[in-house]
Amino acid sequence: MKALVIVAHGSHLNPDASDPTYAHADTVRETGAFDEVREAFWKEEPHFREVIRTVESEEVFVVPLFISEGYFTEQVIPRELRLESWDPERWDSDGTDASQVTLEAEDVGKTIHYCGPVGTHDAMTDVIVQRAETVTEDPDVGDGFGLAVVGHGTERNENSAKAVEYHTDRIRERGRFDEVKALFMDEEPEVDDVTDYVECDDIVVVPLFIADGYHTQEDIPEDMGLTEDYRLGWGVPSEVDGHRIWYAGAVGTEGLMADVILERAADAGADIGGALESVREGVTLTGESGRGSDAGPNAEAGD
Amino acid sequence: MTLSTADLEALVAAVESDSGIEFDGLRIDREDGAYVLETPESERSGLEADDLEQALEPLAAYVTNWRYWRERVGGEGTARRAFLRWCERAPLEGDESAEPSSTDDRSGGAASADGGTLAVPDRYAALHDGIDREWGQLCLTARLVDDADEPAGERVYDCWHVDDADSDLSDLEIHDDPRDAREIATYDEDGRYRPLKTAPTLVSGWAFVGLSGAELVETIDFFYPATVANWHRERRGRLDVDHWIETAERQTGIYDVVDELPREAVEWMTEACCVDSQCLRRREWGYDEDDPIDVDGGDGPFPCREPCSLVVAAARKWAILESEAERTYELELTTSELNQLAELIDAVAEGRTDDIREADVNDGANRYRARYLRAKRFDDEGTLETRERREE
Ligand code: SF4
Repeated sequence: MKALVIVAHGSHLNPDASDPTYAHADTVRETGAFDEVREAFWKEEPHFREVIRTVESEEVFVVPLFISEGYFTEQVIPRELRLESWDPERWDSDGTDASQVTLEAEDVGKTIHYCGPVGTHDAMTDVIVQRAETVTEDPDVGDGFGLAVVGHGTERNENSAKAVEYHTDRIRERGRFDEVKALFMDEEPEVDDVTDYVECDDIVVVPLFIADGYHTQEDIPEDMGLTEDYRLGWGVPSEVDGHRIWYAGAVGTEGLMADVILERAADAGADIGGALESVREGVTLTGESGRGSDAGPNAEAGD
Repeated sequence: MTLSTADLEALVAAVESDSGIEFDGLRIDREDGAYVLETPESERSGLEADDLEQALEPLAAYVTNWRYWRERVGGEGTARRAFLRWCERAPLEGDESAEPSSTDDRSGGAASADGGTLAVPDRYAALHDGIDREWGQLCLTARLVDDADEPAGERVYDCWHVDDADSDLSDLEIHDDPRDAREIATYDEDGRYRPLKTAPTLVSGWAFVGLSGAELVETIDFFYPATVANWHRERRGRLDVDHWIETAERQTGIYDVVDELPREAVEWMTEACCVDSQCLRRREWGYDEDDPIDVDGGDGPFPCREPCSLVVAAARKWAILESEAERTYELELTTSELNQLAELIDAVAEGRTDDIREADVNDGANRYRARYLRAKRFDDEGTLETRERREE
């Protein structure tokens, strides 16, 4: 038997923070690729500390639903999962290429394949592009469009900028969009000035975040000038300085994320059968987009 | 209940391959080429294959019971199996071959006050009507399926809020997908988010009906994550408890400060968060291995094996607040106003403010009383008028 455990941040304040985790876990459940699928959180239950003991499988694939390598993937998760002999060196990564390492969970005596975060997997590049398709409701979007991928930046001394740059480089190389830019909240180039950095009239803005919350539903839309007050919502597209901004909301809510989770587990040796194909078939353009107007009470740092 | 050919074949095959069966009071062995058949009520030996079938006929309950646990539930040694057995008052794992007893299970909480376990014939009689159990605010029912299409002995499980125990099913919202439990558990009655799943604020008005055993356990895991796993560990004396100081010292990042929370404040914290009125878990952790916390751990049904993330996050706030020095303030209040402050704090702490009637000006925490006090005693900046008393 084998289990998949998706570990995510969650929130004590915002009930929506765990929605993408549940949604992607359900997608994976439906593929039947794993005997057991569980969600676990830092700020919700089951907590990282308890989750491994709730599975019966001897072999457990742990995929962090996080954007970048850093504090959570290197310190918090392995520590809270009681992964004996963890050492960040074992990922042998320079910030974007952690794949997996096999360890023992101390309290339960199970084999854990601890995977790199979803955010740095190559398949994530496709999710960003898919997000652009979803928000424009155009499966061929690209021509005449600029794409801006927004990351947090270096505030927390993580590798978030590296992840953003990694994917923007890859998308740029494909030549699908007229322009591709990496923008940040806390460092230059800043998302506030998106129209200074992208010339195209149409700009798709995709925040590289897991869940919609304070940053993606309040900060970024207001900073970009999509709206005066996030509570009023904004249009998609919205007119800013003569450009049309197609604001996509958190990329982590895209259905194709389940595919990245499966890829991570497969890279770690999980036999997932035809699960990838069934996920890709199941993910169609929904035309959903983040409009912010129904955003709930939101999380603060450290909540 | 009659025995099906499939039941018999499965049984005989298992007797052959496992060289005998011993389960829930049913024992079948082979001795000198014949079968020995034993239950608490009867014993037969020297049975030929044909005799065995006949001899088993009146023992159909034992056979279908064996088959249900062996084939449908499986998972020997798992928390899932132990929990499902607890649901129908079957002797728990490790005691499966033992006589059912009417004494209490050794572990505390949910497993105690059981009223003992039931032998197969009594259990089947009870399962016909449904055996009820409580798990936190959940009421669980195990019952035999009375359906010709299902194998005899097949169980299904229902789950609803204890407050709905007497409600008519037609008045409840019916579910059959365990995942629906996630939504139900997300908000309290007033629509507020419940970050602590074991807060005693689960809403009522719903029912899960006809779940399989695996689905029941999944449902419980969404309502009360990891409670089945930790209950199972506790029962077997293998609950691993992490005390406050270990947990606090492990924290990093913005939570690095929580180990600075004074010893005394940890007591106040558990009194604030970990009591029965706030959490259905029974706090098993102390300050340190041999330094228990005086505040009672509560009678909650689920063991709490270490401070939860909510408590750790709150501890961070208190660690920061407790690092402030105490000062002495002077402020003008009438005696009644001083009492009113106490009433206000108490009303907020008990979550009582919504229950105070608009016109009940006798209650110090009445909104008009509070607004009046604010109007009278707050300055233009909106803060309570005080003077700090300096040491001479
Ligand atoms: S630490 Fe306290 S509040 Fe948190 S789960 Fe345990 S008993 Fe409940």
